[in-house]
Amino acid sequence: MRILVVEDDPVLSDGLKVGLGLYGATLDIVANCADGDAALAADEFDALVLDLMLPDGSGLDLLTALRSRGDRTPVLLLTALDEVADRIRGLDAGADDYLGKPFDLEELAARVRAISRRNEGRAAPQASYNGVTLNPARLTVDVGEACIGLSRREFAVLAALMDRPGTVLSKSDLEAKLYGWQEEIESNTVEVHVHKLRAKIGRTKIETLRGIGYRMRPVAP
Amino acid sequence: MNSLRGKLFLILVAATGLIWLAATCWTYVGARREVESVLDARLQEAALMVLSLASSNGVGASQDGGDSRQTAELLNYERQLSCQIWSLDGRLVARSSGAPNESLSDRRAGFSERLINGETWRIFTAEDAAKGVRVLVGDRIGLRDHFVAEILKGILTPMGLVVPLLGFLIWASLNRGLRPLRGLAEELTRRSADDMRPIATGRVPTEIQPVIGSLNALFARVKDALRHERDLTAFAAHELRTPLAGLRTQAQIAMAAPDEATRSAALRQILVGVDRTTRLVRQLLAIAKLDAAPEAISANQVSIGGVIEEVIEALPMSERAIPITVDPALKNIMVTANRDTLLLAIRNLHENAARHMLQPGAIRWSMEEKSEALAVYIDDEGPGIPQEEMALVTNRFFRGRYKSPLGSGLGLSIVELALRASGARLVLQNRKDACGLRAQIIWKIAPGGAPG
Repeated sequence: MRILVVEDDPVLSDGLKVGLGLYGATLDIVANCADGDAALAADEFDALVLDLMLPDGSGLDLLTALRSRGDRTPVLLLTALDEVADRIRGLDAGADDYLGKPFDLEELAARVRAISRRNEGRAAPQASYNGVTLNPARLTVDVGEACIGLSRREFAVLAALMDRPGTVLSKSDLEAKLYGWQEEIESNTVEVHVHKLRAKIGRTKIETLRGIGYRMRPVAP
Repeated sequence: MNSLRGKLFLILVAATGLIWLAATCWTYVGARREVESVLDARLQEAALMVLSLASSNGVGASQDGGDSRQTAELLNYERQLSCQIWSLDGRLVARSSGAPNESLSDRRAGFSERLINGETWRIFTAEDAAKGVRVLVGDRIGLRDHFVAEILKGILTPMGLVVPLLGFLIWASLNRGLRPLRGLAEELTRRSADDMRPIATGRVPTEIQPVIGSLNALFARVKDALRHERDLTAFAAHELRTPLAGLRTQAQIAMAAPDEATRSAALRQILVGVDRTTRLVRQLLAIAKLDAAPEAISANQVSIGGVIEEVIEALPMSERAIPITVDPALKNIMVTANRDTLLLAIRNLHENAARHMLQPGAIRWSMEEKSEALAVYIDDEGPGIPQEEMALVTNRFFRGRYKSPLGSGLGLSIVELALRASGARLVLQNRKDACGLRAQIIWKIAPGGAPG
């Protein structure tokens, strides 16, 4: 899961990057509205975590602009202004959820998962396809009766593939889900992760379409 | 009494009473004079009439035989007038009934007054030498007083009836006239303490307009101050809760970290967060103190160089590496200021310079003494301040593009407040000679006076 965080406090944004990373997400951090706008225009994110008081303006303006462009990226507002009126204003401006500072890291991770899940049109907490079920809270996957632990990169690859099980994701699509901007992308990593995944969940679950990419193998008719 | 209505009522009633009293006195004096002249004329007329009657009776008037007739003639005057007819040789020829036996007057002719039997009489004497008689006609002064009193009673009785009515009218008009004031008072009483809406000035008398104008101006000022305070509280809450959220997140990471590297990184971040929050709390306290009593701090002669030295000595180890040069002339510059306040300003400026320093760079404290001002400069070799942010940097909680990780957004606000309290002002400009910022502390020098 790729998440954009717009937050200007360095300690907190580092905490979000590492903390949400522990739950299998890939984070990009920007510190002001202008950079946030640029990031949203350049990339696609599964969720946006937005602070309201930013050095160059209000996060609400960024949110309003985002929604008026027709962008449906799920947005969680994260701010110290958590009076009821502030919350109402935030939600009415197009936010999907609201969390006041300070917050619990697990709760934040759960809420981010919830808004991105709803955005994908799924209500059940676990994505499930062809006998494979993801547990995002624990970074595990159930295959049949077995519960298998995954590394967060492996989990990210599998989660990306399971988001839309029928569609093919290219290597660069998967890299985009795996790495933030500041991270060095090692060559062959996607291949390595897919290889390890196959070893853990079974050779037949992920299908390689040579020269195009990967997808979850469709259920046999 | 402290009621405007009561005071006005008393004044109006007293003034009306006084005017009436004066009018009554005037009437009394006038009536008295009129009564005197009318009655005197009557005395004179009566005397002359009696004299003429006496003359038509001839000498017989001097005889006792004519007495009964004359006495009868004089009966009409019995109640009010007394009449005596004397012969010139001193015999009482005739007298009206009720007139005393002794002579009413010693005067030969004209008016006179005399006390007879405890009563004052006014007498007119007319003499006819040819007939040999003297006629004296008199009336009692008491009678005259009685007339005047009657006239006064005639005036005062209706007045007495009118007085309560007048009082009522005055009271009612006062009530009506003061109604706008009472309305204003009621509106102010009805208001809740935080209602700062202006009072409507539509149908208010011109006399109250200035009061309402002043009140509305006051309301506006208080409202502004309140809003400012609320903004500040909201900002402070945000600024405190954000680092707390950071600390909590990092603590949770440290607890859940799968490896040692992640844990120690989180702990390091916690240290940074604690340092920053500590500094923020210190800054908030400083700004609250400066806000609370900008005037009340005592001032004395302070050496700027001494204060700078103290700031440098107290620097934390991490900032000792930056080379600092201080103009030795600063040591001898004295200004009138509160030492702690000035120290606060200089420490914040120095910390700002140190935090924004690009490696390698130096901080330089220097000064310039001009005829009209004393300027103390601190130059750093940081990124400076973007021109569009220059006007905003002294706003509370403003953190610009080149913010330091420890910045609270309060430093320059504190510097500005503290310098104002020290009689100086802050001017910020980007250095022209190199990359960096020059902060200037400027004391205006009063002609012939010391800075500060």
